[in-house]
Amino acid sequence: MPASPPVYLDYSATTPVDERVLRAMLPWLSQRFGNPASSSHVYGWDAEDAVERARGQVAALVGADPREIVWTSGATESDNLAIKGVAEFHRERGRYIVTVATEHKAVLDPCHELQRRGFEVTVLPVAANGLLDPEVLRAALRPDTILASVMLVNNEIGVVQDIAALAAICHERGVLFHSDAAQATGKVAIDARAMDVDLMSFSAHKTYGPKGVGALYVRRKPRVRLTAQMHGGGHERGLRSGTLPTHQIVGMGEAFALAAQEFQVETARVRALRDRLWAGLRDIPDVFLNGDMDQRVAHNLNISVAHVEGEALIMAMPELAVSSGSACTSASLEPSHVLRALGRSDPLAHSSLRLSLGRYTTEAEVDRTIEVLRTQIERLRRISPLWEMHEQGHGIEAAAWAGAGES
Amino acid sequence: MAGHGYSARVMDHYLNPRNVGSFDPGDSHVGTAMVGSPALGQVLKLQIRLRDATIEDACFRAFGCGSAIAAGSLATVWLKGRSIDEALSIQGQDFVRELELPPVKAHCAMLAEDAIRAAVADYTQKQR
Repeated sequence: MPASPPVYLDYSATTPVDERVLRAMLPWLSQRFGNPASSSHVYGWDAEDAVERARGQVAALVGADPREIVWTSGATESDNLAIKGVAEFHRERGRYIVTVATEHKAVLDPCHELQRRGFEVTVLPVAANGLLDPEVLRAALRPDTILASVMLVNNEIGVVQDIAALAAICHERGVLFHSDAAQATGKVAIDARAMDVDLMSFSAHKTYGPKGVGALYVRRKPRVRLTAQMHGGGHERGLRSGTLPTHQIVGMGEAFALAAQEFQVETARVRALRDRLWAGLRDIPDVFLNGDMDQRVAHNLNISVAHVEGEALIMAMPELAVSSGSACTSASLEPSHVLRALGRSDPLAHSSLRLSLGRYTTEAEVDRTIEVLRTQIERLRRISPLWEMHEQGHGIEAAAWAGAGES
Repeated sequence: MAGHGYSARVMDHYLNPRNVGSFDPGDSHVGTAMVGSPALGQVLKLQIRLRDATIEDACFRAFGCGSAIAAGSLATVWLKGRSIDEALSIQGQDFVRELELPPVKAHCAMLAEDAIRAAVADYTQKQR
């Protein structure tokens, strides 16, 4: 354990609960513990009021009507409910679903499950900058397409898709449009109505709220029909049964209200820090940026450090908490599906590093990160045979790899 | 939290790798191996130099996770002073044991074993 806690630059994985959010949540675990569904006494009414207030806060951040917000356990459940729910309800109309190669597994896996249930799924490629060309989506739609799912902000490379343009193309053809916006709240302006999406998934813990709670936006006009995936007491207008976790929901509401208040100032501050970080790294030879730099959230930097393996780099830096697209711990040895979808070579995908900044990142932490990264990249390159070959002017592709076939 | 999931021996070799370097691959007393693949995220270069049928020196470079780097480093330590036959008796399992590698890292041990065999094969080839 290092003497001081590591610098946390993994805000895209999760964020700490903001102190103000925590304070708002606590009463709902003890004194005000009522079940929001208890309609016969004040404990229940009190909790119900809190849940509805939070629903309003979430709706306000994302440009929705409160009646369009359905509570879930998180973005994964929201994605499952949206995708499987639409597929089940509309299966007589068509069984064809379109999504994108860089989606989160919480979208790709439900789609694969639907394939097993007889649906057809097309996974669209993205351009080298990580963005989906709207014309590629248009060309993929068929008369039997019922749903397209494209995320708003990518979790690995932080690129922002043009959701309004993509949704418009779908609606010309009567196709429902879902977007996973788990990484977007408080990071980009969201207006579900203006973007014209039918379904949108949200998570609390990426935006300084608690883990274990999320929401699904389900458009009312025109009404989007879907089949519930969780059955029970008929909560959330029958779309998602299960006792509502008042404290979690209050936390999500408070977190989203803070995000709405602080969005402008926070985004500008984080962007300046992220740009400072990139400025401190970009002159290192053979360091590449992954994903479009302009159409990208302010807090994300994803780089490939050629000739150094990502996990080894992370292991060398216990004073930093960051993540890699390398997959050395997985049995498959396959690197990030997102970086591969950008057309990055496998060695560069293995050499990737995601640095995501947030509300509590300081300038001193950024400077420390630059210093540590530069030192360790240099150290590991001195050990790397690929760097040696590169220095000697040999391409790594040209080398004969003894034993490569067996590995 | 540092090096969570890695044994102390892996961390030691990883943070202080032994015998990082290169010999002249054209030297007739040197055997060179380059195993693994950049696409799979691991490459190990291992070289041995022999005098009087004994490995008098060994060096390595590695691209890969910490365990792969540690396995390369450990291989050089084990090879020094050994005969060819002794070198060939070193198995992947020896690396797994010494470095306490978990099953998902067993491929790093196999990489080291492959490198030893390939370096010996290269040296033997040159003696013909």
